[in-house]
Amino acid sequence: MIRVLLPYHLRTLAGVPGEVRLEVGSPVTVRAVLDALESGYPALRGTIREQGTGRRRPFVRFFACKEDLSLQPPESGLPEAVATGAEPLLIVGAMAGG
Amino acid sequence: MSRLRILVGTKKGAFILTGDGRRERWEVSGPHFGGWEIYHLTGSPVDPERLYASQTSGWFGQVMQRSNDGGKTWEVAGNEFKYEGTPGRHKWYDGTPHPWEFKRIWHLEPSLTDPDTVFAGAEDAALFQTEDGGRSWKEFPGLREAKGHLWQPGAGGMGLHTILLTPGDAKRITVAISAAGVFRTEDAGKTWQASNRGLKSSYELPDPDAEVGHCVHRIARHRSRPGVLFMQKHWDVMRSDNAGESWREVSGNLPSDFGFPIEVHAHEPETVYVVPIKSDSEHYPPDGKLRVYRSRTGGMEWEALTKGLPQKDCYVNVLREAMAVDGLEPCGVYFGTTGGQVYASADSGDTWNPVVRDLPAVLSVEAQTLP
Repeated sequence: MIRVLLPYHLRTLAGVPGEVRLEVGSPVTVRAVLDALESGYPALRGTIREQGTGRRRPFVRFFACKEDLSLQPPESGLPEAVATGAEPLLIVGAMAGG
Repeated sequence: MSRLRILVGTKKGAFILTGDGRRERWEVSGPHFGGWEIYHLTGSPVDPERLYASQTSGWFGQVMQRSNDGGKTWEVAGNEFKYEGTPGRHKWYDGTPHPWEFKRIWHLEPSLTDPDTVFAGAEDAALFQTEDGGRSWKEFPGLREAKGHLWQPGAGGMGLHTILLTPGDAKRITVAISAAGVFRTEDAGKTWQASNRGLKSSYELPDPDAEVGHCVHRIARHRSRPGVLFMQKHWDVMRSDNAGESWREVSGNLPSDFGFPIEVHAHEPETVYVVPIKSDSEHYPPDGKLRVYRSRTGGMEWEALTKGLPQKDCYVNVLREAMAVDGLEPCGVYFGTTGGQVYASADSGDTWNPVVRDLPAVLSVEAQTLP
């Protein structure tokens, strides 16, 4: 079970009060987690990665295990602690005021 | 007695103001979608309970919302806006070619006959349409072929902000883009022609009479006279009596002919409203006095409407989408400011009262007259 923590605005949009738990097959990658997330919560389509290109939106970041994984290729594996559910994948809105 | 619903989009959410027919008592609901920019929310003219909202964020992009109960509840609609084919390039601020990129929806225009059909104006400028209540959207690529390579963004971006549908003639649509100008189609969106003859942009364009590139801020017209259009350009208030074929200036005695919104009275097709702003460099009212100007002669002769509006130390702006009229008698007029006030007049502009004073900066105002 993969744990994902969404930023406030996306929790509201998806209608989830807290952490999201997802079933994701192996290998556990950012792309696989986002595919599962958007499949379970279609309202999030286009908000984390662009429709069409699938590119991460510039002001969205991916953190896990005290690391910034935003710039890793989306097909690269997530840390073991995320894959086992010991640690969450944090989807974060970049610090940019507002 | 009729009721009114004022739909207000702001920088930090949507608000719905519900009033009785006397327009004295108002209930405020919101914020809906708190924290998000709501560029526009509006209702279907054939089903006023059907609302659409454009919800956007610099972080999370474009979300579309739909309501079937007048804004009590909302559901997320489709947000895939894909330019048809290879979208090409437009002009950037410095004149260099810049690729077309979708940023947000500025304006929604529901069909005059079908609540599931809506037109959407995008930044970077393009026209989209849904025929399934917002689930899917399709572009009219022919619009960008009207010299799109010469279009350029205004200070707020290159947005398509005005969509005029024609009662009784579904094939004729007129749109306006900042900063490209006015374009119209006579064949339901397949082909488009620039409609900017008579516009003059002496300080914005190297050729003041260019076919495209004009910074049109807003166009309004009365439903009974689709061929008569009123325009607030960057500078100049303009009028066309031939559906945009040509334009003439009607700024007349305005204290400044710079501004953003323009509206037409619901029952008097020659009564027009604008809110003069000092200049393109100083986006606030001249002399710190918030004044709506009304012409009862279709332009040229304007009178200041000040009763109930601040007449000193006022430095707010009124954005292009932030003015509306209702369908009651006498006609109600509404506008919102970047200072978060929404003012209402129940007597065609003679007197004004604030409905709310402390909202986030207002981006759009729409008035729905309910049975």
